[in-house]
Amino acid sequence: MSIGWYLAISALVFCIGAGGVLTRRNPLVILLCLELMLNAANLALVAFSRMHGNGDGQIFAIIVMVVAACEVTVGLGVIVAMFRRRLPIDVDELRALQG
Amino acid sequence: MDVVLFFIAGIGAIAGAIGVVALRNPFYSVLSLVAHLFALAVLFLLLLAQFVAAAQIVVYAGAVMVLYVFVVAYIGGQDQPVRPQAGGRLTALAILAAACLFAVLIIATLGSGLSAIDSEGARLGEGFGQPGAIGELLLTRFLLPFEVASFLLLVAAVGAVVLARRRGGAGAGEGLTVAELFRAPDGVGSMREALGRPTGTNAPADAPAGPREGLPTPSGVSTEDRA
Repeated sequence: MSIGWYLAISALVFCIGAGGVLTRRNPLVILLCLELMLNAANLALVAFSRMHGNGDGQIFAIIVMVVAACEVTVGLGVIVAMFRRRLPIDVDELRALQG
Repeated sequence: MDVVLFFIAGIGAIAGAIGVVALRNPFYSVLSLVAHLFALAVLFLLLLAQFVAAAQIVVYAGAVMVLYVFVVAYIGGQDQPVRPQAGGRLTALAILAAACLFAVLIIATLGSGLSAIDSEGARLGEGFGQPGAIGELLLTRFLLPFEVASFLLLVAAVGAVVLARRRGGAGAGEGLTVAELFRAPDGVGSMREALGRPTGTNAPADAPAGPREGLPTPSGVSTEDRA
């Protein structure tokens, strides 16, 4: 398969994830959609790595995985803290920072 | 064979992504993301990135998704409407924005003029994408990013512990210092107590009456008594 097909799938998954971040209200699902976007970026990185025959893109993909794991850890910690303080698990109702 | 596998995995990845966004129950969203990750790992294998595919399955689908499942089970996956009741117009705008983003990305890809984009990729060296090659790159050219990534993981772990503590949590007006984080909670024995020795503050008071009595008096103490 040509590299362009992989890039097309990556673009589609990225846009589905972006649409999910914009439409969903549960912070858990928003984190999942962020994962989708990071994975789409990973797919593009690996595809470009294959295109150039160079391993650098794969290293970049692995680092992105590490960053995603950190983001998940902190994000889920925030969600658990919200749940413990009886805050609504809904990003539309959490508007204390909205000026 | 490659083409068939590519289309099966690609359709699986896209279906999984749509499932994540469209399913109501967060628990099903997580399961859908797991399916998406497996399909993506197949795509990585087709791109000859064996190590990345293995890491994807072990780290992502194995560890990170288990964390998600735990949190969803803890919070309780409430069924929520996918579309908010009031913001129908905003939802339409959001979907339109995502569609525009897709169009932009496709146009950028097609118009990039990369000659290799229609090819199957460059000719590859020996061991491309295998653990040996990746490890060599990580420990030679990319040593600094590797170390920074490990430090980032450490910081994230400490941050998660601070955020999800039982009392306090994120803020709650309770100043939290680093020293408090590592202090043993009250009522928990220390190693000195376990060994039967007096602990810090009691030591001077108990020492003369305690098990030290039978011991020969050190010369320093005797001179003090005489004085």
